[in-house]
Amino acid sequence: MQEKVLMKGNEAIAEAAILAGCRHYLGSPITPQTEIAAYMAKKMPKIGGTFLQDESEIAAINMVYGVAATGKRAMTSSSSPGIALKCEGISYLAGADLPAVIVNVQRGGPGLGGIQPSQSDYFLATRGPGHGDFHVLVLAPASVQEMADLTGKAFDLAEKYRMPAMLLADGTMGQMMEPVQLPEPRDPDTIEKDWAVTGTKCQRKHHVVNSLYLSPAELERLNIERFERYAEIEKNECMWEAFMMEDAEVCIVSCGITARVSRNAIVEARKQGIKVGMIRPITLWPFPKAPLRKAADQVKRFVCVELNMGQMREDVQLAVACKKPVDLCFRVGGMIPSPDEVLDAIRKANEGGND
Amino acid sequence: MAVVFEKPKALTDAVFHYCPGCTHGIIHRLVAEAIDTLGIEGRTIGIAPVGCSVLAYDYFTCDMVEASHGRAPAVATGVKRSLPDNIVFTYQGDGDLASIGLCETVSAAARGENITVIFVNNAIYGMTGGQMAPTSLPGQITQTSPYGRDVNTCGWPIRICEMLATLEAPAYLERVTVNNVKNVKNAKKAIEKAFRYQVEGKGFSLIEVLSACPTNWGLTPQKALEWIDEKMIPYYPLGVYRDKEG
Repeated sequence: MQEKVLMKGNEAIAEAAILAGCRHYLGSPITPQTEIAAYMAKKMPKIGGTFLQDESEIAAINMVYGVAATGKRAMTSSSSPGIALKCEGISYLAGADLPAVIVNVQRGGPGLGGIQPSQSDYFLATRGPGHGDFHVLVLAPASVQEMADLTGKAFDLAEKYRMPAMLLADGTMGQMMEPVQLPEPRDPDTIEKDWAVTGTKCQRKHHVVNSLYLSPAELERLNIERFERYAEIEKNECMWEAFMMEDAEVCIVSCGITARVSRNAIVEARKQGIKVGMIRPITLWPFPKAPLRKAADQVKRFVCVELNMGQMREDVQLAVACKKPVDLCFRVGGMIPSPDEVLDAIRKANEGGND
Repeated sequence: MAVVFEKPKALTDAVFHYCPGCTHGIIHRLVAEAIDTLGIEGRTIGIAPVGCSVLAYDYFTCDMVEASHGRAPAVATGVKRSLPDNIVFTYQGDGDLASIGLCETVSAAARGENITVIFVNNAIYGMTGGQMAPTSLPGQITQTSPYGRDVNTCGWPIRICEMLATLEAPAYLERVTVNNVKNVKNAKKAIEKAFRYQVEGKGFSLIEVLSACPTNWGLTPQKALEWIDEKMIPYYPLGVYRDKEG
């Protein structure tokens, strides 16, 4: 077991990727994720890996596509405006059924926005970041430990289901320092990939990595098969954390930094006698609908705490099928709600909300 | 009986979809012959573009990756960095390489990626039915330049070899054409050399091949080959623009 070390969230992602066997990082600086590129630039040449500073985010995601086509673990990272550029390539990764990890350390938008933390790429990530019908796995860490753990998990899931995975962190997670226990190093090359382009050695028919299907019937079939795979993922891979939910009458739903803030608010509210708990989605796609559906039979109200204008609230409303009201406590533009603001929202919800 | 002519091993049995008189077929063959001659079929990985040659992945027997429009040099970079002992080539048209993918082209060349780029310049967008390309000639009539390319509003055609020759890194840049037997022979030599340079680890090579598009030029195949001599070569002179050995 590795010793605990104090690390910045961004650096934990970079080191965890290396420990997960990623030897190809293609990316470039953008606040607030620049430390990932800087860490990789320092480390990769020392371990025989590739660090390549791309000419654009579009180029980087296509380099990732190239590495992924050879069956190797590849990662790129950026922040919101850069992720928008990567969407073209993410769609091609999905269309060609290639695994890869994309890290988005979100900042405020739209447009150039700001450089302070945000969760406003929730829709972009969970609705399929690019053109066409597809999903990517979306993992939302709420601690530096999870930045490390979920990076390895993202690689494993991406490979298992042959699809891109996005680590969706907010800027706070990227910048904060916490003790972290890094995972043991792994060698993923032991897994056979009978689809990868590695050269035929004139011993087999050529492999073609492709997303073009000019026959509509074939393209329809491939889309349907992909969604059958997605259904399996929704059944098997949902991750969430329940906090003080046993007797809760109000349920907070929050991820990332706002889940951390909410935790403090919940502890304070409990001191005041309010029965409140939290369901923290860890996978945002697949979205953990089942525990929310169950909670809808138990609680009076839900409160979504988000760094956006209520994007995740839509998923919560869908999950609970509007059985119970879902309130929203939000800050945007790089602002973060204080525990007191969340506490106010909890109190209001406990007293029946705004209805 | 002696075999005097046969299909290169590096080409599959698939029937080309190209229009009559299109010279993509000749260029495909030259690429395959280079792969055969160097004996690298088993370790070559090709990157197909978006454009008329989008289905190139069906025609070569080596492993193939289909790239999004213009990104082939970035995809090739990823493949080559992952598998440095393999031979990686891209096959791209003028819209793909010189317009949407110009950034990836210049950057891969500037990095001196050890890859081979086959750049097919036919001065028009073929697959979408004959629109203006970044390499369409001044005054050239296309569907999107119906009054002829006006350099005052559309700018001048881009000379890729000349532009890349301003960079330090490229190992080999040559412009060739395939409009007569002599030129095909020169093109064959150039393409083979571009692959050989990669095998020898010399770095980035790009061979620009002036190619005929009779369908979208509105010419007979024979007239189209003459058009290359009369119109294209004066603006796009054939020749070596960089040769680190030469």
